[in-house]
Amino acid sequence: MKGDHSSTPHNPSRRDILTLATSAGAVTAVGGVAWPLIAQMNPDASARALASTEVDVSTVPEGQIITVKWRGKPVFIRHRTEKEIKDAQAVSLAELPDPESDEKRVQKPQWLVVIGICTHLGCIPTGKEGEYDGWFCPCHGSSYDVSGRIRQGPAPSNLEVPNYTFVSDTKIKIG
Amino acid sequence: MSGHSQYKPKSNFAKWLERRLPILSFMYDSFVAYPTPKNLNYLWTFGAILSFMLVAQIITGVVLAMHYTPEVTLAFNSVENIMRDVNWGWALRYAHANGASMFFLAVYIHIFRGMYYGSYKEPRELLWILGVVIFMVMMATGFLGYVLPWGQMSFWAATVITNLFSALPWVGPSITTWLLGGYSVDNATLNRFFALHYLLPFIIVAIVALHVWALHVTGQNNPTGVEVKDVKKDTLPFTPYATMKDGFAIGVFVLLYAWMTFFVPNYLGHPDNYIEANPLVTPPHIVPEWYFLPFYAILRAIPNKLLGVIALFLSILIVAALPWLDTSKVKSGTYRPLFRKFYWAFVAVSIGLGYLGSQPAEGAYLWIARLLTFYYFFHFLVILPLLGRREKPDPLPNSISEATANRGASHA
Repeated sequence: MKGDHSSTPHNPSRRDILTLATSAGAVTAVGGVAWPLIAQMNPDASARALASTEVDVSTVPEGQIITVKWRGKPVFIRHRTEKEIKDAQAVSLAELPDPESDEKRVQKPQWLVVIGICTHLGCIPTGKEGEYDGWFCPCHGSSYDVSGRIRQGPAPSNLEVPNYTFVSDTKIKIG
Repeated sequence: MSGHSQYKPKSNFAKWLERRLPILSFMYDSFVAYPTPKNLNYLWTFGAILSFMLVAQIITGVVLAMHYTPEVTLAFNSVENIMRDVNWGWALRYAHANGASMFFLAVYIHIFRGMYYGSYKEPRELLWILGVVIFMVMMATGFLGYVLPWGQMSFWAATVITNLFSALPWVGPSITTWLLGGYSVDNATLNRFFALHYLLPFIIVAIVALHVWALHVTGQNNPTGVEVKDVKKDTLPFTPYATMKDGFAIGVFVLLYAWMTFFVPNYLGHPDNYIEANPLVTPPHIVPEWYFLPFYAILRAIPNKLLGVIALFLSILIVAALPWLDTSKVKSGTYRPLFRKFYWAFVAVSIGLGYLGSQPAEGAYLWIARLLTFYYFFHFLVILPLLGRREKPDPLPNSISEATANRGASHA
């Protein structure tokens, strides 16, 4: 019937279908335009390309910590002493806010590799300070142990262990 | 405010313009004939002072942008270049940096004025909420601007604030990466912060326009909290009365602003921000600018990351809920003897939190901060709702003119 504009849910008019199709098209178009405008803020190709870095640790004496930069972030590589390893392994998991055994956090017990960013709000903790001789964050007072595990303070989790592999006995590839 | 305009165009040009775009009558009705309660005190001049500061910040900011370079290897030096080489650069930068502090000082007085005189109550709820939105955009703008000089405090402020979002479950870390445009604060971050720092003040201008529009619909509150009943008896025209008073107040405020800018320009700054940003070393004691300290204290008082961040945001958002949390029908604190005591306790707690935010988060400081954080929320969520029901207010004057007449009599 020409000119009949009445419609019911079971019998939509031509205008209903056009309105729906146009609205759907408009929503898709807005989404399509918004996508690149939002996505442009994510890390660009050059930032993503700095994926891995190799570090020679042969010159790091026992007991010392070095800091290397990976993806713009500091990574702590700590050459742990026998005593530090024993201390870290002796801690019972029940004492830990974020329970994780020391064995799971290292590939070789003498080398601890962690991202040097406090898991609270991103400050850089200072080494061999705080009550547990691991790291202490000066910003809001979080203390980490020699395994980089959170022991005290507002940080919710342990210092993150990045992906890394030992390319040789003294060379570590991070990322 | 309503009805036909009292503006009568005189010149031929004004008549021509008025028929096509009635901007002259709009300005006349808003800023000349506009009736203002005749009992407004000097606390009511802070709206004008804030407008002045907004314009001052935009003007100094635009000219600073002509000399600043938002690139990580150049930003710090470009600011030093402004300080040493650009003609009058030192004055412009100090005026802009101290202008931010003066802006926040004025906005805090403006907000506490509203809290004392119940300016958020019916029918001014939306006016109040718009004000809270302006305050939040101001905070964002202040933070973004603080990052631009690319000193140590800039860098670590950017790191800590963007990491607040990492506390959100599941999406937190990706949101932080998205905000930073990388895996840490870097060039992409600085560049976008500059773009946004330039954008937001104009958004503030737009919301201020809405704020003033809403104000001109409801009319101003006044120290008695009693609404205008007779425009002839209770009000005076905006010009010359309010314009002169506002002008004088701006003059006095500018004296303080100029003293800060020219005599103690670095008093509110941190020496660490004259050290270029170093992503591998966090300064031993990082604190935000003074105007963020109470909120920073609340963040640190709570020993759980997510809850701390939630409390920080709630402590600001809860202010927008004031029209519904304060259950008293009486607007002005002048007629609420019990409310006055709690009001000043709240002011003291807010200043106390500010002090604690500047101190290291340890020992007694931390415990007092926890106590005051608790009280801060207790004031909004328990004291104000109960007080409105329990308190017996003093008798209100029948009108503004009656209140001012009595005041004259008691002095005689």
